Amino acid sequence: MIDAIFAHLPILLIVLPLMAAPCCVLVGNGRAAYLLALVVSFAAFACSVAMLGETLQHHVVRYELGNWSPPYGIEYRVDIFSGFVMAFVSGIGAIVLVYAPLSVRDEIPASKHYLFYATYLLCMTGLLGMCVTGDLFNVFVFLEISSLSSYALISLGRTRRAPLAAFQYLILGSIGATFILIGIGLLYQMTGTLNMADIAARVPHEHGPRTVLVAFAFLTVGLCVKMAVFPLHTWLPNAYTYAPSVVTCFIAATATKVSVYAFVRLIFGIITPGFAFDVLPLDTELMLFSLVGIFIASIAAIYQNNVKRLLAYSSVAQIGYMLLGISMATPTGLSAGIVHMFNHALIKGGLFMVAGCFALRLGSVQLSDWKGAGRTMPLTAIAWAIGGLALIGVPMTAGFISKWLLLTSAFETGRWPIAVLMLVSSLLAVVYVWKVVETLFFSEPSEAAAGATEAPLRMLIPTYLLIGATLLFGVWTPYSAGIARQAAIVLLGGTP
Amino acid sequence: MSPDHLIWISLALPLLAVGLIVLFGKSPDLRDGASGTVAGLLLIVVASLSIGVFSGKRPEWHLGEMLPGFEIAFRVEPLGMLFALVASGLWILTTAYAVGYMRGHHEIHQTRFFACFAIAIFAALSAAFSANLFTLFVAYEVMTISTYPLVTHHGTDEAKRGGRIYLGILLSTSIAFFMLAIVWTWSLAGTLDFQLGGILSTAVAENRISQTGLGVLIGLFTFGIGKAALMPFHRWLPAAMVAPTPVSALLHAVAVVKVGVFSVMKVCVYIFGLELLRETGVSLYLAYVAGFTLVVASLVAMTKDNLKARLAYSTIGQLAYITLGAMLATPNSVIGGGMHIAMHAVGKITLFFCAGAIYVAAHKKNISDMEGLGRKMPFTFAAFLIASVSIIGLPPGGGAWSKWFLALGTVETHQYLLTAALMVSSLLNIAYLVPIPMRAFMKPSKSEDESESETGNWFSNMQEAPAMCVVPLCVTAIGSVVLFFAAQWIYQALLPITAMPS
Repeated sequence: MIDAIFAHLPILLIVLPLMAAPCCVLVGNGRAAYLLALVVSFAAFACSVAMLGETLQHHVVRYELGNWSPPYGIEYRVDIFSGFVMAFVSGIGAIVLVYAPLSVRDEIPASKHYLFYATYLLCMTGLLGMCVTGDLFNVFVFLEISSLSSYALISLGRTRRAPLAAFQYLILGSIGATFILIGIGLLYQMTGTLNMADIAARVPHEHGPRTVLVAFAFLTVGLCVKMAVFPLHTWLPNAYTYAPSVVTCFIAATATKVSVYAFVRLIFGIITPGFAFDVLPLDTELMLFSLVGIFIASIAAIYQNNVKRLLAYSSVAQIGYMLLGISMATPTGLSAGIVHMFNHALIKGGLFMVAGCFALRLGSVQLSDWKGAGRTMPLTAIAWAIGGLALIGVPMTAGFISKWLLLTSAFETGRWPIAVLMLVSSLLAVVYVWKVVETLFFSEPSEAAAGATEAPLRMLIPTYLLIGATLLFGVWTPYSAGIARQAAIVLLGGTP
Repeated sequence: MSPDHLIWISLALPLLAVGLIVLFGKSPDLRDGASGTVAGLLLIVVASLSIGVFSGKRPEWHLGEMLPGFEIAFRVEPLGMLFALVASGLWILTTAYAVGYMRGHHEIHQTRFFACFAIAIFAALSAAFSANLFTLFVAYEVMTISTYPLVTHHGTDEAKRGGRIYLGILLSTSIAFFMLAIVWTWSLAGTLDFQLGGILSTAVAENRISQTGLGVLIGLFTFGIGKAALMPFHRWLPAAMVAPTPVSALLHAVAVVKVGVFSVMKVCVYIFGLELLRETGVSLYLAYVAGFTLVVASLVAMTKDNLKARLAYSTIGQLAYITLGAMLATPNSVIGGGMHIAMHAVGKITLFFCAGAIYVAAHKKNISDMEGLGRKMPFTFAAFLIASVSIIGLPPGGGAWSKWFLALGTVETHQYLLTAALMVSSLLNIAYLVPIPMRAFMKPSKSEDESESETGNWFSNMQEAPAMCVVPLCVTAIGSVVLFFAAQWIYQALLPITAMPS
């Protein structure tokens, strides 16, 4: 029995949430739907942790869907990298669900609760599916599942600007998805297969036809929209700002990371880094856009008065750090990029949860309403301070680990100007984080803050779970930086 | 008990104190008692550790790798041992003093205050014992963060502004310069371990870094360690004076600033190596920056009427002495610098204790209001005078020896301009410190207090601060004289750090 479950783990991971979603709709009751979603999300988390354990032992786990052998059938293919991303995506998905009910009750009309949980599960299915599959077209399908459900989730926000933000995301997201589809089509035309490993073996690199180049260009631009790389990030700030708090927590922590995952797969799994970075100057371009993005988005974050928008701009900047690491294409650099996906998911998820707690008690995420809230809601405010320190990258927090790895990698590859620019840019994070800290602790309480009480424990505990994890993974890294390094070595073609 | 165990015990004790302080937060007596007891235990542990270290042992303790290749490890050498002794010894006195001050002043949030205080001590000891730059950097940043709530303790707008400057300068210099310098060093040397004779000589021999590059690197270190308060990155120290006085005393005269200059010395001695610095002369320009800082800071100190502000600028000047000693990189100058860490710590903490005692007893912050106060507070002002003598560098104050060795260093390297700067600065020290107790004793009191009769009993006129405040400051004042006679012992203890690597 156990063996049978283990043999089918990759598909269970997808089938569970995918089947649970329509069940949520069928039961049609908010509370029952919530319980189902909660159980399923933890089951998915357990499955992905088990998968990660398997990959750490065997490096690659293959699963043939319906026993159709590849390249005819769809193959699910999990390596350390996908196992790692799956584990933290499903883990954060589960923790956000623990946090969700009070915030959802506050922000979403009761009649839509069961639909909310169904859509949430669909979104999770899509994200996990992108990680698990070894088939390029399947990636596109799962990408669309997660994107369409996230458009729906974002439009549930309580202001009337939420549907508009969702629509804006829909337009840009669809353009991105179309680009990706065109890219996949061109690759299929060149190789006659959709299995990623198969494409990699057959695609003509160096002196190949221009079609490969065009396919690669379409895929890159399409994924950059999904990753919200500057200057293709314009959908992100509105989407994060106007979505319900819970949705922002989940999407900010996971959605862009999974797109980064797909991008890394594309470069290291299909088009080799040698082709992307040596034949093509993609590394220079990525670094340029990343650095410009980091500076512009961080400066934009400084001037925001809406805290969710501030965090959204910070996310755009942080994507830049991940791409910086990835574009260095060394074991250290790549593992810095990968571990920052994880660390940033923890940090941003935690900070958006804090924002959600304040939104529940103060009814607003405008900074002016948060004045002096540190006195009436000290625990929530301290969580912000810790998460903020991690975002800056102060030692003993997870953010420091990523930053340190990035720095050493920049020096290893002789790119010290990037090291300098990176350090200077992280000073901008000090400004936007501390702006909020000072408002919380040193301002005279606003009306809302003076009458507020501490956030409920049911929200504080999950928040502190993530915030505590940023501290834990700031001092103890075998399961964050350690796994990321193994994943990076495998991606670069070595054996860990 | 083996010295290796003493390391982790001495690091665990302040953390234990944090736990107890938070646990007993509701009953102040129990909380402060626990804090004091742990401080006492810590001194015993550190002192027994020092016996081994000063007789030549180098105990080690490896906590583990935080990242592959970057280890949190501790290894005790004489310089760090001296610093740890000073910090843990003064922690007891400051705890006693802080209890008197905070209660005498009815301060709020005392539990948070004492807890953050203990974390800062933990960070100071971790830095003192660190075996590599990575550990030192982590401890350095923990200290910055843990002292921020202390600086902004009062929660006023002024505290917010002070805290902003404090955190802004310390975090940005450490992130933009210090961290960069560490990673650069790592890419050059392949290690970050502190080794006698330095770790960069191979890279220099292989021409992987130029003379100019070395100069830039040591500049990044020296300015990046913002806690050393070298101009132009000194503004955080006066800004930190919004904190309650015990914080200014222990942290901004001892722990925080001394972690700064201590790190500078560690970098010079164990990363660059004194020989390399002397041969290449790359650090000389920083010696001149330090010379400039110590004269200008003394000049600025003279213009300050607020006592704590004056002491803050005095500290900036005295820290520059230590940086100067490190940058000259001769055995004498380095020993002088190391000695001055101890001498200045004991002297300056006395002065801050006095400032706090005056504030508690007489509610006076400005020097111009303190005339005639000496007759009401004779112990406080006598202690002030004794400590001033030590800071200035006159016998029988301990500072005489450290300044002597520093001056020797400038002469040995033929930097006579710096010798002159030292002398001028000492004169300025006299000018801004000595008049304070003199006027307090000699001048008539400004306030026309009729009840104060000249014929009354001398003791009955006394209005000293609570004993919990006065006793510690008398102890440290006596300590600064004792150190004058103990200088030989410190010299012997520090001698190994100037040795050539065998």
